[in-house]
Formats: sequence, structure tokens, C-alpha cells
Amino acid sequence: MELVAQSLVKRYPGVLALDGVSITVRGSEVHAVAGENGAGKSTLMQLLSGAITPDGGTITVDGREVRFASPHDAHALGIRMIHQELSLVPELSVAENIFLGAEPARRGMVDRARQRREARAVLDRLGQTSLDTDARIDDLSLAARQMTEIAKSVSQRARVLIMDEPTAILAHEETEALFAVIAQLSAEGVAIVYISHRLEEIFRIASRVTVLRDGRLVTSASLGELSRGEIVRLMVGRELSAGYPRATQPPGEEILRVERLSSGPVRDATLALRRGEIVGLVGLVGAGRTELARAIFGAEPTTAGAMFVDGAPYRPRSPHDAIAAGLALLPEDRKRQGLVLEATIRENTSLPSLRALVRAGMARAAAAVRGRPASAMPVLSRAGVVNRARERGEVTRWVEALKVRTPSVERPARQLSGGNQQKVVVARWLLAHSHILLVDEPTRGIDVGAKAEIYALMRRLADEGAAILMISSDLPEALGMADRLLVMRGGRIVGELSRAEATPERVASLILGESSAA
Amino acid sequence: MSVPVEREQIAGAPVPTAVPWQRAAEYVLVIATLVEVAIFAFAAPGFFSVANALNIALSIAVTGILAVGATAVILTAGIDLSVGSVVALTGVTGAMAAAASGMPALAALAVALIVGTATGVVNGTLIAYFRVQPFIATLALLTIARGLAFIISGGRSIGNLGPTFGILGRSLVFGIPTPVIVMAIVMIAGAFVLKRTVFGRHIYAIGGNTEAAWLAGINVRWVIWLVYVLNGALSGLGGLTLASRLGAGVPDAGLQYELDVIAAVVVGGTSLFGGRGTIAGTLWGTVFIGVLMNGLNLANVDPYVQKIALGVVIVLAAVGDELTRKKRAAW
Repeated sequence: MELVAQSLVKRYPGVLALDGVSITVRGSEVHAVAGENGAGKSTLMQLLSGAITPDGGTITVDGREVRFASPHDAHALGIRMIHQELSLVPELSVAENIFLGAEPARRGMVDRARQRREARAVLDRLGQTSLDTDARIDDLSLAARQMTEIAKSVSQRARVLIMDEPTAILAHEETEALFAVIAQLSAEGVAIVYISHRLEEIFRIASRVTVLRDGRLVTSASLGELSRGEIVRLMVGRELSAGYPRATQPPGEEILRVERLSSGPVRDATLALRRGEIVGLVGLVGAGRTELARAIFGAEPTTAGAMFVDGAPYRPRSPHDAIAAGLALLPEDRKRQGLVLEATIRENTSLPSLRALVRAGMARAAAAVRGRPASAMPVLSRAGVVNRARERGEVTRWVEALKVRTPSVERPARQLSGGNQQKVVVARWLLAHSHILLVDEPTRGIDVGAKAEIYALMRRLADEGAAILMISSDLPEALGMADRLLVMRGGRIVGELSRAEATPERVASLILGESSAA
Repeated sequence: MSVPVEREQIAGAPVPTAVPWQRAAEYVLVIATLVEVAIFAFAAPGFFSVANALNIALSIAVTGILAVGATAVILTAGIDLSVGSVVALTGVTGAMAAAASGMPALAALAVALIVGTATGVVNGTLIAYFRVQPFIATLALLTIARGLAFIISGGRSIGNLGPTFGILGRSLVFGIPTPVIVMAIVMIAGAFVLKRTVFGRHIYAIGGNTEAAWLAGINVRWVIWLVYVLNGALSGLGGLTLASRLGAGVPDAGLQYELDVIAAVVVGGTSLFGGRGTIAGTLWGTVFIGVLMNGLNLANVDPYVQKIALGVVIVLAAVGDELTRKKRAAW
């Protein structure tokens, strides 16, 4: 089995996601793909597994060129992806899921006995003797679901298994079990393509590594040829300090304080934000960063702890309360959580600022924190009726100030590129006079040029007195932008580093939780 | 800020500017209605006259009133199946109030609006606060309200209510039937609320992306609750208008009205997925179906064939909606 991709290109509106990437995967090898978020790993895997089609380049399997119109075509050639978000039917049993779409049948009826028997055989082969074939997926742990997913692929004669961050959801022993299965499959001749952030995992199980950066292939080498440090350097690539605007003045007084906050996976989080500073929040996917930001914003219930805005107790029961207190959340998933895509730029921008009640609260907060008179808040509606001329004027002012590239604020937000959509979300909160900004992966999926604009914009807002908490999985970005860095791991804030202390090695070891943790 | 220029630009993209796509359904419908009128003018004797135009307007008035509330409900990605039963319940209770009061018309109106609003409160509370699926909550109320209408009326029509009871349904204003005037007022008010008010903006935002709307500080539950409450009040108004036209509160009035109303809204281009649609579209959907039924009637087309024609129209509207959706499911 040999899977070869040559010069693959994939374009999305405003982003060249993959720019001429080649990779060769052979039977029995465990081939790691490393790179930062946005480097193009997921795009490459989606192309190889038939989920999307390339705009250029070729894929050949055993020397024969193939075109995948859908994952189904890739399955037929034995290429399968184990998704982060598993693709199992929760109401069905393990056996039913393993044979979903390929049920052993007799005269149109599912042969349940045979299905159970064959499922058992596959699971046993993977060493999963304790996994019940009749258990409902709903009742299983994430690790057991992942095993079911792998068993499903194996039962349908997978020759290449693509795994995207498979250990992100696993506990330590479960990870060991997964590695055992990977070794077993590899011994049987199955090729494994393994995407991971975790370098120690790559060094443990992989034989080759392909490193991507900004949609391009950096190197593909046998793991014996590269050291850990070299891989990190290849992944990061850029000069760490280049192009990031620095603070022009020391931070001002504290405006948000979070004390021993617990919410969902978040445990005992304590942090403070001051005017004029950008605080980076880094950690692995699943460390609880997004959940912490959402809890501060009133979007997740808290189980313990206290919060204060400008010294006064702050207990948001919903985002509405948070907005009234001057907070804003710029979510990671702009399309799903940030924008109403079918609505216009104007409607998206003014959305939180229309209501008189919210406005009054925001005005008070703005007056208290920024020393601005409450009358500076634009009045966009009276008696519940929107003043559209004023709305359009205010929105246009911000949209122009942020250089959103659109001929008119009356265009649907859907038509904008990722960077411009992000700017619309920023414009929304500027219009609402928010001054405590919780920014989740602000530049994910955004073009390099637009990134620089977003960085400059964030720094300008901070210089004008806003406090910014910036979640980022892009280490150079976090190191470059943040005046102070908080590191989360396993739901806890495990470290705080000043700009001077925050060396890539130190931050990385804190993120990964290695012995040398400061 | 001095920054590099982003490569991707919107300006050059071939996007129609004069006709926002949301309005496409309305334009298609206006043209389709004109074509329809032209065909019936030849094919159906007595179709092309002022008298028949008023006839059509009267025939769609109640559906039109109800469709305004249904548009708001469907914009939030909800549905109301109880509207037909609520029409019967409010007609019956309104008629009983008229029979018991010295001021029949006013008493009937007050009671019908109160009862209609109350059904809206039940639907809204179940859906917004208890998170019951709109389909299920309003299905329950469909059978409950119908049962109540029969129990309260003892299964009989409640008539003999004096001349003033018929004002809402049977009188004319400047030669135009009052129900048509009522429908026009309700539609104009509905369009104003949806297009111009903060509440209307919030309805669209919730239907378009509930999560984003909530994270933008919108009180999602309250807005959804209020939509069902106002929809209930409009159902009461529609129910009384029908009872007044019939001259009696009838417990089996309004049977399957929910289907007529949903058909009018969907044909008018409002998406059942929420966030897309207008009152103007709903008006044209209502008119198109009204003209179709009237014309087929006058052309002596078999009533069963008329039903098939309506079904075909719904299918065409639904397929058109799906084809114009920007983001389609992968399968």
C-alpha cells in the first residue's frame, strides 16, 4: 500500500489553506503530521480522506491516480479517517455501529448473530476483550467510542487510518491502550497517519514526520533525523517577535478580577485583567480555556468562585448581564457563535446595542471605567423602534474605522472573508462600548495579512484602555502579543509568566505539563 | 493603522445589488400571481371582476391574519399547529361572551383576545421555558383547544347573537369587507414590527443563529415567549373574525387552518429553518393560494384536483427554497 499526494492545493475564500503540499504514506508506517493550528494539517487530512476535493495536485494509491468525490470513494480504497468528533450513532450498539452501512444480511434482514460474532472478533483482535458488543454508544466512555470507531474502520478493511488528535480526549491509561492498538495495526500492515500537537507522542509512536507551516510543506523526514527542538523550530518557523505591536505604556488599574472560579472543566481559576494590557491564555485543546472565557461571559454556569468588575461584585446569569457590565466575547467559531450569517453587516454589528436597557448598563459601565460620559453612547432605538439612519451611520463609522472590506454595510455577513467577519465582530463590541474583551483564537482561519490588521487593532484597543484576554493556540502569536501569559492545563491555571519570562521552551513545557514545569 | 492589503476582495464579486436575494421569492410570487390572474381571466367565467376580487380578498382574510403570527413563529424556526383549534376556541368563547353581555361586539372581542393570548402564553411557556419542541407543544394544544371548544359549547354552534356581533365579519368599510381591512392593518403592523423594531430584529437574529444571538446579549427565551403570545392574540382576532362572519361560534370551525396558514407562509418564501422571510412574502403567498383556489372553483375544477394543485404549489415553493439556500447539507 502506498498513498502519495503530490502538490495538493486547497483554496478557501480569502485563504490559501494548502499550497502545494506533498506527502507519501506507506503500509506499516506510523506517519506523524505536525504543525501549528492553521498550518493546514486538517485540510490535508480531509483531502486524503475524500471529505473535500483539491483545487490542484494529485493523489495516487499504489501508483494509480484517484479522485475522491466523497469519503465513500476513499473508504472503497481502504482510506479512513477517525474523526475528533466521532461519527457514531449514539442510539445504536457497538456491533451495529461497527457494521453501519455494511450490515451482514440474509434475505434483507440483518443477521444479528453474525454481526455480533464478527464485531466480537474485530474487538478481540484489537485487544478490546472487555468492550461489550451490545453496549449502546451513548453509555460508553469517549475512549471506548474511539475504539469502536477504529474497529469499524478495521472491519471494513482499512489500509490507511488517519487519526486527528486521537489522544486529546483520552486519559493516560487510555492513551497507552490506543498506542498498543496502533502498534498492532501497524504490525498488520496498516498505515497510520497521526496528527498531534504532542511531540512526545510523536516521538514515541511515529517513524516519520511531515511538518507543515502556513499551508506549506516544511519537511518530511524519518524521526531519527530530527531532534525535538528542530521540529519545534520547523513548526514555528517565524521570528517570534516580528510584526507584533508592543504596548506603549504600562498597564493601568485592575478592571476584572476572577477568584477561584470553577465551571465545567475549569477548576479554581484566579486571574486579573488591567486596563491597557493584553493577557494571553494558552494551553492544549481541552485545557478549559474556552470554557473559562465563556464562564466569565455568563455563557456557562459557575459552580464556585467570585468575580468583580471595577471592584464591584459581578455575577452574570447570561451573556446579557456580561455585556451590560462592559464585557465582550469574540468566539472562536465566528460562523456558529459570532455572526448571524444571513443578516447584514449592519444588523450583525448593531445587534447588542439596540436595546435601551442594555445600553443604559453599558453606558454606566463605560462612564465608570473609562471616564466617558454616558451620553457618548449612541441611541439606536426609541420606544423599541430602530432609528435606521443613525444605526447605519454608527455602523458605517466603525466598519470604515476597522477597514472592513465591503462595498456596503447592507451585504450579508456570509459574503465576507474570515478576517473581515472577525472585524465585524470587533466592530460590534466597539459600538457597544465594551472594554473587557475576551478574545478566543482571534486569528484562526484568517489570512496572514488580515492577521496583522487584527493584531494592530487589538493593540490599539488596549492602548485606548481596554483590557484583553486573548486565547491562542498559536504559540508565536501568544508570545508576540501578550504582555502577560497565563497557562492552563487540565482545567487549572498552572502558570503565569511575564513577557520576559515567557520563552517558548518554558511555555511549551508548562502547556504539556512536563517535569521541568516552573 | 498601516497594514498589508488583504487579497480577497468583495468588491469585484458578481453579487446582485439591486435585488436583495431575500426578496427574490416575493418577485417570483408577484409575477406568478399576475400570470395566474391572466390565465383565470380567460379560463374562469366571472373571475375578472371587482366583485370577485373582493370575494377573493374576503376568502383569504382570516388566513392572512393568522399567517402574520405564523410568519413570526416560523422566523424563530418554530411552528404553530394549534392555530385552527384556537380559532374554534376563541370563536366559541367570544360568541358566549357576546350572548351574555349587553355589548356583544366588545365583549366578544375582549374575550377572544384574552383566550387567544392565554393559549399563546401556554405555547410560549412550554416552548421557551420548558424547552418542549414547538411541534409537540402546539400539537398538544391543537387537541386540547379543540376539546375545550366542544366542551364549553356543549358541541353546538352558539348563534343568535344580534346584529352587532356580525360587525367584524360582515360589515363593509368604504365598500371593502371589514375582515380585509383588519387583515391589512395586521399585516402592516406585523411588517413594521418585524422590519423596524428591536424586537423584530431579535426575532430574525434568533432564527438565523440562536447561539450567536444569545451571545450578543439577546434574551432568547423572552423573545420566543413573546412571539408565541402575540401569535396567540392574533389567533384570537382571527377566530373572532371567522365567528363573526359565520354569525356564530362553531366548535369545529378552523379545522386544518394550521395547514393553510403554514402553506401560505412557506409559499411566501419564509424558511422553516428560521431567520428568512418577510410579511410581504406571506401576503403574496396568501394571495397566490387564494386566487388559485377561487379561479379553480370558478373554472369548475374538481375540488379534489384543487387540493392536488395546492400540494404541487407547496412542493414547488419548498424546492425553490432549498435551491436558493446558500449552505446545503452535504448529503
